[in-house]
Parts: sequence; structure tokens; C-alpha cells
Amino acid sequence: MSEMFSMTDVTVCYDNVEAVRNVSLSVEEGQIVTVIGPNGAGKTTLLMAAIGLLASRGRMVFQGGDIGKMSVEDRVERRLCLVPEKRELFSDMSVADNLLLGSYSLRDRSGVQKTLDEVYDRFPRLKERQRQAAGTLSGGERQMLALGRALMAKPKLLMLDEPSLGLAPLIVREIFRTIASLRDLGVSILLVEQNARAALETADYGYVLETGEVVQSGPAKDLIHDPRLITAYLGGH
Amino acid sequence: MTSDIAAILGIDGIATGAVYALVAIGTVLIFTVTRVIFIPFGDIAAFTALTLAALDAKRFPGTGALVVILACLATLIEIISLVRAGEIRLLPRALFFYLALPLAVVGLAWLTMRAEPPLAVRLVLALMLITPIAPLLDRIVFRPIADGTVLLLLTVSVALHYALVGLGLLFFGPEGVRTEPLTSFSTEFAGVLVSGQTMLIVLAALVFSGLLYLFFDFTLVGKSLRATAVNRTGSRLMGIRPARAGTIAYLLGSLMAGVSGILIAPVNTVFYDSGFLIGLKAFVGAIVGGMTSYPGAAIGAVGVGILESFASFESSALKDVIVFSLLIPILIWRSLASLHSEEEIEE
Repeated sequence: MSEMFSMTDVTVCYDNVEAVRNVSLSVEEGQIVTVIGPNGAGKTTLLMAAIGLLASRGRMVFQGGDIGKMSVEDRVERRLCLVPEKRELFSDMSVADNLLLGSYSLRDRSGVQKTLDEVYDRFPRLKERQRQAAGTLSGGERQMLALGRALMAKPKLLMLDEPSLGLAPLIVREIFRTIASLRDLGVSILLVEQNARAALETADYGYVLETGEVVQSGPAKDLIHDPRLITAYLGGH
Repeated sequence: MTSDIAAILGIDGIATGAVYALVAIGTVLIFTVTRVIFIPFGDIAAFTALTLAALDAKRFPGTGALVVILACLATLIEIISLVRAGEIRLLPRALFFYLALPLAVVGLAWLTMRAEPPLAVRLVLALMLITPIAPLLDRIVFRPIADGTVLLLLTVSVALHYALVGLGLLFFGPEGVRTEPLTSFSTEFAGVLVSGQTMLIVLAALVFSGLLYLFFDFTLVGKSLRATAVNRTGSRLMGIRPARAGTIAYLLGSLMAGVSGILIAPVNTVFYDSGFLIGLKAFVGAIVGGMTSYPGAAIGAVGVGILESFASFESSALKDVIVFSLLIPILIWRSLASLHSEEEIEE
């Protein structure tokens, strides 16, 4: 497996406060990597820096190229996509238009209709509601739309920020099933989650982020049995 | 007031309102995409009328020199910012869009003018010469402060208007112009004589609003502009560049303002500083629509036109006072009826 994305000694500051400090991580091609940790650990900040919405120090490499100084739009054109925690949907616009805009960065438009059909196959509920405004969807449907919109860009690396946040348990399971199935499409995934158990069950590799630093990392199947993590994040005793 | 007079005033008001509507739609377009309340829109309309008048008089308009100067300035600023960002590879593209393209437009207009073209070609030339101005001003003035507050952008926008009025005097001179009517046709409608010019104004407003609607609803670029207006961060995550969306918005808005300038030139005498009142009245219309709704802005602008028409019949001296007094109740109603956005609270 070749390396898809890596961060080396990445530091992100808000004014003078270091929200993320010297973080290094990597995602191999076709791998699902998760970053878990408590609220305020800097997980979202890390993804915002990876997509370029926040400035950062350190080295960031995507598909062999340095992307550290690139704009958000240039990163998206290279098929690095983020589904942010707030979803950032176009609430006044229809589901179909939201999905179509997901493909905006693709130069080759010939496959757009096929990708749209695939997204509708994956999320039949979006097809039922294609003419409805995105702002009128339920929480689960909104997350599906955010995921579907990101898939329209044919991402090489998909970064997901708290995809299960605020969703009913049944929907959470569905979302994680979808994430796991994206592996078959050859999409690499960097998943940031507070729901540590679900994330580790889905992922191949995991990093634990606390107060802006990586304190632990390893294969997800090992982390899920780690006594310290079980006590701290996995709800065990 | 008899019903005949009321009908004449009504038709006159609708025609004036249609001109304001074009400018108001452009104002809303630019505001939603870039958050800039582009006060100089009226100036763009007035400059178009002056450009057309110069072309009619077989003189090359001052717009040409203005575009050349703005293009050189914008190119210089773009080059400096690209070199600073280490994006040397983007230089040829910048030179093409900010220098070669505007200069080509001016050159083409200059060459075409020498052939003494018919009115239809002169109209196209006037629009061609005027459309680069707002996007170039955007690059020079607004792009460096794009992340500023709405209030800062508005303040700069007002300052830019005054700068443009000065440039207008420099490039077009102090004389007022009135262009030849686009048509001499007239007809009677319900007992009232309606001029072809009036019908043309209303028709143009409808056609351009319709085209804009089609552009927004049926093209990917149009949808990307709407997306930028609805959610800037979300649209950036789709790879939509706010600066490019802004440029397209300025181009389209300038086209709308230019058309309104052409339509108003045969009806009113236009001076280098006439644009301010056109822009301000269109702005009142846009406020009626809450600065975000195109139909709202168009209806508001037509309302302003009708009110102005009746007000000028009652008291010509006070017509502007009456129109702008309308703002007070509207703003009170708007502020009571709408929820404040997060950005407004932050500011």
C-alpha cells in the first residue's frame, strides 16, 4: 500500500494558543484511519488545517505532493475532500443541486451523471427528496447529503468530522456501515469521531489526540482492547 | 388628479422602476456573493450612457482610457500578490485576464468605432467597454479586504463612489448627454400614449431578469454563485473560488447596470455624477427585498419608481425626499420582522 496523505509535525495556532501541537499521522491508500479524543482535543482543528481552512506549520503531503501552502480550492481539485462537523450544506438549494455542486471541482464532466446515480443508489432517501430544499431535511438525511455531496467529487481522501454527531443510534449505524463500504470504492478515509467505539470498529488504524497532541496510536483492533482507552473513551471499567 | 394623469404617471413610474430594478438586481447579486454593497453601480449605469453618447458623437469615449488604467493597476496588484504567495505559475493567466483581455476589448472597440458602426453595434460596444470596470475595481479595491466586515466594505464602497465621480469628471467632462431614442414607435394603451422607449425599458428589464433566473437555475456556474451566496465555507469546500464567483457577479451586475444606463440615456439627461441617485434609489428597492431576494428587489425598485413618479407630480422639489423617507418605515419593519444573522451580532 502506498501513502495517500501524511502530516509531519503539524502545529495549528489560534492567535498565540497552540490548538494542535507537532502532530504527525499518515493515511495509506484505501485505509480508514480514525482520530479519537475528548471534546476540545483539537480534532476538528486538525481537519480544518488539513483542508486549508486554517493556516498551519509543519509538512503536509498528499499523493506525493506538498499541499501545505495550497488554497482550499486547490486541495479540493486534487480530490482531498472534507465533510465538516457543521455539514455546511446549501440549505436554500435542492438536494439535487447540492449534489451537483459537489462535482463542481471535476474538470471531466462526462462521469457526473453516473456518479449521481451511484450516490442515489447508495442513499435512496436522497433520490426521494431530490427536489426538496436541503434545509428541510432531518439530521440523518442531512448527513447523508453531506456524504453524498462529498462523494460527487470522487475523492481520493475523504475527511469526515464527527459524522455521527447528533444522530439517532440507528442512523449512526447506517452512517458507519456506509463509511466502511466506501473502502470498496478505493476511497481513503480520515475519520474524526467522539464515538470512539464505533470509529475504532470501522477503522484500520487509530490515533488518540489529547490537548492537541497525539498520545497514542496503533492498529484499531489493538486500541479497542487497550485498558486505558477502554476506561477513558470506550465506556468500560 | 384625474385617472388619465394617474395612468400616465403609473406608466412613467413603471418604466423608471424597471431601470432601477435592473440596478437593484445587480446590487443584490453582488451583495449576496461578495457581501459588498456596491454603491458605484449607479455610476456604472451613468458611465454607460456617457460612453454611448460619445460613440454616437463619433468620439472614442473616456471609458477606454479608464479601463486601460484600471487594467494596468489590477495587473500590477495581482502580480505582486502572486509573487508574494510564490504562485509564479499563475502569472500568465493573471496577465491574460487582467491585462490582455481588457486591453483587447478596448482595442476592438477602438477599431470598430473607426468603421462608424450602426446603433446596435454601438450599444454592444458601450456594454463591452463598461463591463470590465467593476471586476477590475473589485480586484484593486475589494479583494484585499474581502474578509472585512460588511460595514468596512460599505464604507470603502462609498469612498469608491466618490473616487469614480471624480474620474467621471476627468474622463467624460462636465457636460450632460441625452442619447437618441432607441425607437420612435409609440402606441395607445387604454387611452394613454405609451412610447416605444418605455415599452423597451420594461421589456429589457423582464428579459434580463428572466435570463438571470435561467442562469441561476440551469447552469453550474449560476448554481455555484448561489452556493457562494448561501454558504461561503461550504462552497469553498466544493472547490468554488469566492474570488472567481465575485468576478462573475461583478461582470453580470455591470451588464445589468450598463443596460439600465443605455435605457435611461434617451429619457433623462445624464451627467458624470447622475449615477448616485440611480444607484441609491435602486438600493432602496433592494432593501425592500431584504438585500437577498431578486423578485423582492425588482418589486421594491418598481415601487420606488412609481412612488417617485407620483411624488414628482405632487412636488417636484420634494420627490427625492419622499422616496428616501420611504426607507425609514421599511427599515423599522425589516428590523422588527427579521432575525439578526450571526455576522451582524458579531459586528
